[in-house]
Amino acid sequence: MTNHYFYEGTTGPWELVIGLEVHAQVISQSKLFSGAATAFGAEPNTQVSFVDAAMPGMLPVINKICVEEAVRTGLGINAEINLVSIFDRKNYFYADLPSGYQISQNDRPIVGKGHLDIELEDGTTRRICITRLHLEQDAGKSIHDQHPEKSYIDLNRCGVALMEIVSEPDIRSSEEAAAYVRKLRSIVRCLGTCDGNMDQGSMRVDVNVSVRKPGSSLGTRAEIKNVNSIKFLAQAIDYEAERQVALLEDGGEVLQETRLFDSAKGTTRPMRSKEHAHDYRYFPDPDLPPLVLDAAWVEGIRKTMPELPDAKKARLMKDYELPAYDASIIVAETETAAYFEAAVKALKSRDSKAVKLLANWLIGDLFGALNREDKTLDTCPISEIHLAGLVDQIVEGVISGKIAKDVFVRMWETGKDAASLIEEHGLKQVSDEGAILSIVDKILDENPKMVEEYKSGKDKLFGFFVGQVMKATEGKASPEVVNKLLKEKLG
Amino acid sequence: MTNLAVKPSLKNDLIHLTLAEARRGLEKKNFSAVELTKAYLDSMEEHRHLNAYILETPEQALEGAKECDARLAKGEGRSLEGIPLAMKDLFCTKGIQTTAASHILEGFIPPYESTVSDNLTKAGTITLGKTNMDEFAMGSANITSYFGNVISPWKRADGKDLTPGGSSGGTAAAVAGGLAVAGTGTDTGGSIRQPAAFSGLVGLKPTYGRCSRWGTVAFASSLDQAGPITRDVRDSALMLKVMAGHDSKDATSAHVEVPDFAKALELGVKGLKVGIPKEYHLEGMPEDILNLWDQGKKWLTDAGAELVDISLPHTKYSLPTYYVLAPAEASSNLARYDGVRYGLRVPGRTLDELYENTRSEGFGEEVQRRILIGTYVLSAGYYDAYYLKAQKVRRLVTQDFELAYQKVDVILTPTTPSAAFALDEKPTDPVVMYLNDVLTVPANLAGLPAISVPAGFSKDNLPLGLQLIGPAFDENVLFRTARVLEDAAQFKSFLRGHVS
Repeated sequence: MTNHYFYEGTTGPWELVIGLEVHAQVISQSKLFSGAATAFGAEPNTQVSFVDAAMPGMLPVINKICVEEAVRTGLGINAEINLVSIFDRKNYFYADLPSGYQISQNDRPIVGKGHLDIELEDGTTRRICITRLHLEQDAGKSIHDQHPEKSYIDLNRCGVALMEIVSEPDIRSSEEAAAYVRKLRSIVRCLGTCDGNMDQGSMRVDVNVSVRKPGSSLGTRAEIKNVNSIKFLAQAIDYEAERQVALLEDGGEVLQETRLFDSAKGTTRPMRSKEHAHDYRYFPDPDLPPLVLDAAWVEGIRKTMPELPDAKKARLMKDYELPAYDASIIVAETETAAYFEAAVKALKSRDSKAVKLLANWLIGDLFGALNREDKTLDTCPISEIHLAGLVDQIVEGVISGKIAKDVFVRMWETGKDAASLIEEHGLKQVSDEGAILSIVDKILDENPKMVEEYKSGKDKLFGFFVGQVMKATEGKASPEVVNKLLKEKLG
Repeated sequence: MTNLAVKPSLKNDLIHLTLAEARRGLEKKNFSAVELTKAYLDSMEEHRHLNAYILETPEQALEGAKECDARLAKGEGRSLEGIPLAMKDLFCTKGIQTTAASHILEGFIPPYESTVSDNLTKAGTITLGKTNMDEFAMGSANITSYFGNVISPWKRADGKDLTPGGSSGGTAAAVAGGLAVAGTGTDTGGSIRQPAAFSGLVGLKPTYGRCSRWGTVAFASSLDQAGPITRDVRDSALMLKVMAGHDSKDATSAHVEVPDFAKALELGVKGLKVGIPKEYHLEGMPEDILNLWDQGKKWLTDAGAELVDISLPHTKYSLPTYYVLAPAEASSNLARYDGVRYGLRVPGRTLDELYENTRSEGFGEEVQRRILIGTYVLSAGYYDAYYLKAQKVRRLVTQDFELAYQKVDVILTPTTPSAAFALDEKPTDPVVMYLNDVLTVPANLAGLPAISVPAGFSKDNLPLGLQLIGPAFDENVLFRTARVLEDAAQFKSFLRGHVS
């Protein structure tokens, strides 16, 4: 990832200017203007109403749920809600667009200006402005590889509601672009308005990329389509920036064109067969009166908004003194935040030390294990309560942090809770001074030379004695007690 | 000598009845629904040369008539039980071919029923067949149909074949010629009122939003409105009552009560203020039209109404505005006829070729002309000058009416600038043809209800209509005023033996 605002060319620095258009499929039972179902992966052409197939005389009727989800999302990105918006027809011919037009919103979208704050790896925050969010219909799917001459058409997706969320050209690096999409995705997932699954196409990103010498006016942009993961988004931007800079530095010119990202090669290439320069002939859809929202209804939605990632992060930082970095990771995915909060609730002591410890175990060991075994929190063998239980055992001094690693592995494998595993395997930390003292004495007796050397000034050997005691107790001795007793004995 | 193209068999009195009379006869068991239907089916067969129907559905009609008789026998007759109707071929009818008079939809059998035809069927009507019309309702003479032109049952002294008007010309010819008791039409710029005027019938374009557009093949969505074509004003009120009503499947359908329109019929016009817009007095308007208009004014004042001179200053922009907006919407509405899913498909080597071949062969000349006009006025660089400007003018035309209705209750004008013309006199210049709509188009732009009432004859002894335009959702004022005109005019309809 290019973690710099400036891209170094042979003629000096270039600035990247990036704007994103995110298409987010609205979670709803039925389509934007018809009653047909929207489930992913159904048999081709089984979720198609007469409206979707553009049969003669069929008329669109707006699905209120989709309007509500768009408003909710608009509120989630801190945007103005337009109480009056207009649906327009975007006219073009294609086989998977039965009516010959897509119903969209051109001049007057349902949601106006908003913004998102993104956190970067260096700990800084940047505000990315959002131009608008509008509702539109998805098209169907053309399938070209099933017959030598013919194409097949699947209209299941045709008419499904999309929210197109357009950013200002405020983004300056692939890292920022990735952070923006991640942030947007965490918000729509938190709101439940879009599942954010880029691999299934329910969230798609078109990227506008241009480069310019710092301070000069905007360069010609290329639009990149077919980017279906955040990793590919960053790749596509970096490739495209490099391509444009090389082109310009060679005295060439960037063409305003649509390019496709090839994920196998990590490159972009011009879209073929774009001989039609589309004139979409937008005009207000006469079948749909202006969409007029009641201000009180919008306020009602605002009142039922869940806590959004930014607010949640601020609360975690305030209530538990969690560092910003930990808090951002925890709130990035709704599921992580929910897991964390449930675990916090189960902790015996909820002081900031215990909560920080819990965060460490979640972000470090648990995420590591999930990644290794390709699992998610949904399929995680360690429950929120069990992770909290493990932290309790550490905080209460029942086991040391080192033993806890061992207990964690056993929890992962068995699904059992920490306390019973500690009991079962006798892993309890020994804090009884009498018991440890006898071992200390034994170790000192067995190593008279070392004792002598230590006393003659070799302070470093203290660690040797600690290690021997821990070894003899199989790591169960309380490190604090061992330290204290050794210091007393060795003077 | 009669001026009839059709010679109604005198033995068959049934086809002379109005809807209300027929309904009464059925109730009194003077005749059965099957007898009534058969009378019409015979008449349809006898007068097939008028080409009023694209598709006749005698089996379904007789089947339906039997069911009506069963209901009537049990005393369970619904409001329009047993009434044989002509259905414009723009209304999708489940299991019955619906073409919009276009080659591109030839053979298309809808798996659904339009709300308007469904409302009628549920009130007990019998559909005799699907009537001819201008292709996709684009035309004023019923000469753009893929299935051939319609001939009016009326004849001029010179014996030439006349147009019944358009686009609902098939329904108008059928109702006037005794091939249906009444029928459905649609009116985008005058397509109910003009053929009604040409055929000596009552034609009503209800308020936009009064009748659902669901299941009606769209021409220009913001202007299209279904309505009845009938033999008298009462029939119009009875039919509208059934056709109208809110439909949740049409977002432009109005959430308003449907009154019992028939109750308004005998209210009279005493004390009503009738607006006479000076802008409807067109330059070069024939004397017979002007005389009829004067006659109408006199009838209304005689009945106690007060005339008020009004101005609708943007009237002259209505026609050009209409011929920007209607084609713009049509160009988009007709994009779905692409040869991919239903109707005609003319193959090609590529997808674009499939489109080009299908649409070139499937659409007639007038439809192609309007698609091109519509595409042009919406295209980049022309949108502001045409489409956007036209939308603004539409708003001004609407405001003209809003201001007028602060002073008057209803507006009286002629329906058409001339009587029906002979088919071999049809204008070759499309713009001259478009002038037929000049007096009817403003009501569509403003979404207002308007009715044409047969009120007299031209110098060639052909029917002429007077138009009444009312405030939105006040069809009642049209019915009560139209009844007064009808009463005074004592119009001798075609079937009731008008003699030249």
